[in-house]
Amino acid sequence: MPATSALAAHFAVARPRALAALTRQFSDLDVAEEAFQEACMRAIERWPAKGVPSDPTAWLILTGRNATIDRLRRDKRVVLSDKLPDGPADGEDAEMALADQIDMSELRDDVLRLMFMCCHPDLTLQDQLALSLKVVGGFSVDKIARAFVVKPKTMEQRITRAKKKAASVAERLDTPSLQERSARLDAVCTMTYLLFNEGYSASGGEEHIRIELCDEAIRLARLLLALFPSQAEVMGLLALCLFQHSRRAARLDPEGQLTPLEEQDQSLWNRQEVAEGKVLIEKALRRGRPGPYQIQAAIAAVHCAAPKPEQTDWREIERLYAALEQVQPTPVVSLNRAVALSKINGAVAGLHYLEQLSEALSGYLYFHTARASLLHDAGEPELALAAYERALQLGPTEQEAAHIKGKIRLCEGSQKNL
Amino acid sequence: MQYAILIYANEGFFERLPPDEQDAAMDHHRQLQAEHGEKGTLGAVAKLMETSAAMTVRKRGDSVLVLDGPFAETKEQLLGLYILECASMDDAIEQAKKLPQGVAAYEVRPVGWGGGTIAEEEESH
Repeated sequence: MPATSALAAHFAVARPRALAALTRQFSDLDVAEEAFQEACMRAIERWPAKGVPSDPTAWLILTGRNATIDRLRRDKRVVLSDKLPDGPADGEDAEMALADQIDMSELRDDVLRLMFMCCHPDLTLQDQLALSLKVVGGFSVDKIARAFVVKPKTMEQRITRAKKKAASVAERLDTPSLQERSARLDAVCTMTYLLFNEGYSASGGEEHIRIELCDEAIRLARLLLALFPSQAEVMGLLALCLFQHSRRAARLDPEGQLTPLEEQDQSLWNRQEVAEGKVLIEKALRRGRPGPYQIQAAIAAVHCAAPKPEQTDWREIERLYAALEQVQPTPVVSLNRAVALSKINGAVAGLHYLEQLSEALSGYLYFHTARASLLHDAGEPELALAAYERALQLGPTEQEAAHIKGKIRLCEGSQKNL
Repeated sequence: MQYAILIYANEGFFERLPPDEQDAAMDHHRQLQAEHGEKGTLGAVAKLMETSAAMTVRKRGDSVLVLDGPFAETKEQLLGLYILECASMDDAIEQAKKLPQGVAAYEVRPVGWGGGTIAEEEESH
């Protein structure tokens, strides 16, 4: 019997938590994945007639656990702990009892551990993302391969190897200390944001798959926030992703060219996502512990608050970039601060601030496009043109290249007018 | 008399349905809203944001605490609500049946006070 889409949706929602709990139970990702599969098969047999349990996740965890213990006992005659409960019975009372067996704080560490396994430092970033998509998100190998533009066979091998490496974390099953938990959360937030960026940046696979990567990153951020509801940086992460994602329909023009924020049609922004991002960042800032995600989300919020781009509060944005420079002192942050400065004090002021970054960012595409734009505004079309041409050499995507070439034509026009 | 129809479901479930099924479900909502909008019996309608956007205000000891969202439950959550003017509980149940089934459970709860129900009665006395 095929799974209906409603059942599939329940399985997808339950997957991260269920797989996390099963991974702790069996200390093995493959066994956990099989256990989850088995639980889903049983749900397909049972739920259509008996109704979907009120806590599908708890049902799937306990069914998967019991079915797998039975199988392991039969196959290997492994002696397992006898403290295990009986399988889920039918009826509302049995369901309630069953849900109570799931310890929510334990489940929280389970999910964190599962995601942390996927961002094992020995794995390349792409392998970390691929493993997370496969294990936590339940993506098919084919889809992951398409997202990263590699052959399915290659992706299959890479995920298998990545799983083996990740397994070394699975053995550290005790409850993490506060510091460990915080370090894990940091790593997992970083991975989630990088996954979002993988989908958001215009490189790589097909458009609809990239949007799925963004959706998945947002789901992971939601999951983390549900598990750690007081973590201001997790709120900031989700808010930041939502703000950026809200602009997806406005980012590319009908010819598929990248539209800068200031030129975007704001009516195309997803208002529900903007509203949710705004609520989350307000909520986060109440805690008075700003971090990089919160500050970046706050910057996005200021952009969204402007009824028209020319009404953007650049002073507030400049202040926020100055704050971001404190907690995340990178040349790229300074570059953005320079752009904000130029909006307040003019292109020359921005160019002046940029000078100190020219060495650190000499190979950075957006340094040259930002500099070129400021040079153009400062009445230096020749220098601007040279900077745009340098940018073209730094591997822009097709859309970016088209955008830069348009700017070059504009500079050439300005030169003639001189 | 007013009745609340409270919508309960697992968070994230609806968004996981295929787009055409989401659309079909939303059609039920649009129809119900249009019907009661025309009759003037639509008291309120709201889709709530995820519980992670919520905060809870609760007194503990001598202080009033402001807590972040409800803690990670895997059970059903309140995701939205209607307030409708209905002739009877039977009528209210009929309205809830018009909403998409299988994607959420609908709690039909009579409104004790609010939106003028009691106020109107008191005025008429």
